[in-house]
Amino acid sequence: MISPAIEAVWRIESARVIAGVARIVRDLGLAEDLANDALIAALEQWPTEGIPRNPGAWLMAIARRRAIDLLRWNKRTERKHQEYGWNSSAIAEDYVANLNSRMDDEIGDDLLRLIFTACHPVLSTEARVALTLRLLGGLSTAEIARAFLSSEPAIAQRIVRAKRTLAEASVPFEAPRGLELTARLASVLEVIYLIFNEGYTAAAGDDWLRPALCDDALRLGRILAELASSEPEVHGLVALMEIQSSRSRARIGPSGEPILLLEQNRGLWDQLLIRRGLASLERAERLAANRGPYTLQAAIASCHACAVTADETDWRRIVGLYADLAAISPSPVVDLNRAVAVSMAYGPSAGLELIDQLCSDHRLIGYHLLPSVRGDLLAKLGRANEAVSEFARAASMTRNTRERDLLLDRARRLSESPRL
Amino acid sequence: MRFMMIMIPGGYEKASPGTMPDPERVAEMMKYNDELRKAGVLLALDGLHPPSTGVRVSFKGGMPAVKDGPFAEAKEVVGGYWLIQVKSKEEAVEWAKRCPASDNEVIEVRQVHDFPGD
Repeated sequence: MISPAIEAVWRIESARVIAGVARIVRDLGLAEDLANDALIAALEQWPTEGIPRNPGAWLMAIARRRAIDLLRWNKRTERKHQEYGWNSSAIAEDYVANLNSRMDDEIGDDLLRLIFTACHPVLSTEARVALTLRLLGGLSTAEIARAFLSSEPAIAQRIVRAKRTLAEASVPFEAPRGLELTARLASVLEVIYLIFNEGYTAAAGDDWLRPALCDDALRLGRILAELASSEPEVHGLVALMEIQSSRSRARIGPSGEPILLLEQNRGLWDQLLIRRGLASLERAERLAANRGPYTLQAAIASCHACAVTADETDWRRIVGLYADLAAISPSPVVDLNRAVAVSMAYGPSAGLELIDQLCSDHRLIGYHLLPSVRGDLLAKLGRANEAVSEFARAASMTRNTRERDLLLDRARRLSESPRL
Repeated sequence: MRFMMIMIPGGYEKASPGTMPDPERVAEMMKYNDELRKAGVLLALDGLHPPSTGVRVSFKGGMPAVKDGPFAEAKEVVGGYWLIQVKSKEEAVEWAKRCPASDNEVIEVRQVHDFPGD
């Protein structure tokens, strides 16, 4: 059993230690093992000797020393380094000489390398998510399994395979530069937003919201915003997550049922997170000549955040932003959201017209929000019978039990008193 | 979970208006603030003017009474705060321990209620 104080140190330091060591051994699996060795040393020594004044440096020094020992003696690593044309003992000496003179910037560089390697496109999205939470979020395999409603062995297996894939593909421990950086960054941002969304709108299970995952994603996003501060979309994503998080306590009713955006008590919105989100959005917009998809989504979220009441929402501006978003990253889900905005700005029949065009899009087959939105617009147009069947259809499609209850409830109320 | 790390600088209760920390200390604190920011835990922070320029509003007998600082009765006063988002109380304490605070300073770590008004 790890003491909570040591666990807290580890939570803060593990990613930096793994990153610092990975730079020496150039292998994520090995780096994690060496970092764990340092943790074990800490678990042996700290309970009797006390936690050192600078625990991060202590852990890093132990892990590096082990890494350097390994470089000197491990033939496998030796061969690997020869393939890259490196002289490992020179690297080792260099490291010993520079142990104390390394600047924070370099640790930052190592962390960035770690993020890009864990989110490397050679890995499946699931593997990237698990590896990122493990190596950068400092989550245990058990915590990741709980978060994704999976079993611990399955997650452990996924992480082992991911590390093997990286090793087999000889993925270098490097952060990309220039144009490649922009392309690879998309993969990193996708992973972070996926983690966030898994917490924000749990795809399956009994809970509508798993806030711990949202916090993990936000923390990763905020770290990345410091490391890659000149990248507008990083700030765009952070802005989007901050603003969405600001609503988390207004999104759930007293018995755990979801409350939709326009029906939320805006007094419960977290103004601190809104302010932070708006500041990140401003930063993203200042850096970018053209707003990217996350920045545009954040801008849409900000329209809601800045409206004191739902009635004051600037729907015409939102329609325009969705059009911009559809232009740079077309997707039927964006079209669906645009249709909702159009119905709010120009009336339900204008929205329904767009929705009906979407109904033939095969990519939306099985997407529960399509019949859910259609039902809503039909209800507003007084076409209760059609609305009821759309809500029932939507309910049969969602895997989230809370959401299903909400949809069935709407169908039931509407069929009881169709004029509502 | 959110925690507030409240800085209580000894002697600040008597500090004269316009008292500023010395630049060297400010630079050290900025470095610490950067560390919190880079770790993705910092939500907000502020430093407060000394209480000698502050005001206390008390409500004895249900009537607000206003009194200008300094406040002779105050033994400890707040000098500033950090609001952080962390995984546990222990993590908050670990961050507090890393503050480059001086001999006469105390940091009080307090958890923020999750649902204001509940």
